[in-house]
Amino acid sequence: MKHCLVVDESRVIRKVVCHLLEQMKFYAEEAAESASALETCRVQMPDVVLINLGNAGNMELVRAIRRNASAKRPVIIGTMTEHDVGHIREALSAGADDYILKPLDGDSLKEKFAQTGLM
Amino acid sequence: MNAADFAYLADLLKRRAGFHLSPNKTHLAASRLAPVARRYGFRKTDELFAELRDAPEDLARAVTDAMMINETSFFRDKPCFDHFRGVILPSLLSARAASRRLRIWCAAAATGQEAYSLAMILDEAKIAKDWRIDLIASDISGFAIARAIEGRYSQYEVQRGLQAQTLVRYFAQDGDHWRISEHLRRMVSFRTFNLLDSYGWLGEVDVIYCRNAFLYFEPLAKRACLKAFANVLAPDGYLALGASETMEGASTAFVPDDASVRGVYRKARHAIRPVALAS
Repeated sequence: MKHCLVVDESRVIRKVVCHLLEQMKFYAEEAAESASALETCRVQMPDVVLINLGNAGNMELVRAIRRNASAKRPVIIGTMTEHDVGHIREALSAGADDYILKPLDGDSLKEKFAQTGLM
Repeated sequence: MNAADFAYLADLLKRRAGFHLSPNKTHLAASRLAPVARRYGFRKTDELFAELRDAPEDLARAVTDAMMINETSFFRDKPCFDHFRGVILPSLLSARAASRRLRIWCAAAATGQEAYSLAMILDEAKIAKDWRIDLIASDISGFAIARAIEGRYSQYEVQRGLQAQTLVRYFAQDGDHWRISEHLRRMVSFRTFNLLDSYGWLGEVDVIYCRNAFLYFEPLAKRACLKAFANVLAPDGYLALGASETMEGASTAFVPDDASVRGVYRKARHAIRPVALAS
């Protein structure tokens, strides 16, 4: 079972996305902010981390996960509310593998996961 | 829309495009035709149908165009594109090493995403400059082809199928849309073409992509198209249909290329020499 960490300030979004992931047979964990997200990664590095990049501070979280010396390199997917090429480039150079537009639904998650080789 | 008008529409689509309009599509027809009626100055679709029966060519074409299904996305059905990148392209590059010429045809290109996906793969393959590569894309819908030439896609359309790296490499942001790079646009030549018309303009091609169009075809129209495909496809060429489409009852000229990739076919041995065809 693949392990996914969902990082988002919104409790509602975390619940909805974790529910979608469980339906996709993922083991889903959630974090409201960077510190607890990094703690989860330190204990056990997930296969995939979904990070809300609508929050500018979370770009640093992407870099921090990439600096982690864990042998496992997780897929990092930024979630965004706006499609902005500058923002996407910044996320990629911080170390994200891809991005996905909010609101998230099962189909777009499955498609993105398939593209990044998670499913 | 009354039953007589719907039956007239179904017949028109069958005659003009080999298109099978299933009886449960009255809603779809009404919603697709309302904008056409408005554009031509009719207050209601009934009036459009009254005019349509006098068979003015441009109105019949606009109605057919509006009823076509342009569902597509970049790299739709990834295995088929992986197969192109990993098997079809390398094998043809080696088979055509002498002529240095490759011709690829997207026969039901809709709004262009499939042709541009192939263009991206060709671009990434860094094929030597002395090759001449024709990437031809056609569709029955002039509206769809105009959009394909424009190469402007919504956020929703680029989100489907494109990875972020590919998006930033080949697209420029244009307001709330994304425009595909001029380099890729110049790689593809688009034209409006009805698969039931004559293929004389085309010449021999090495690869045909015609994905998910036959799902909506009348059986006889599908059979006729596959026969025409067998005529224009090079003996060692490839044909890609949609993953859920089959040759059953429609053609014996093609055999699956690789059992693990659904929808990709090559010519059957007997179809390579037309003399041997039982027909």
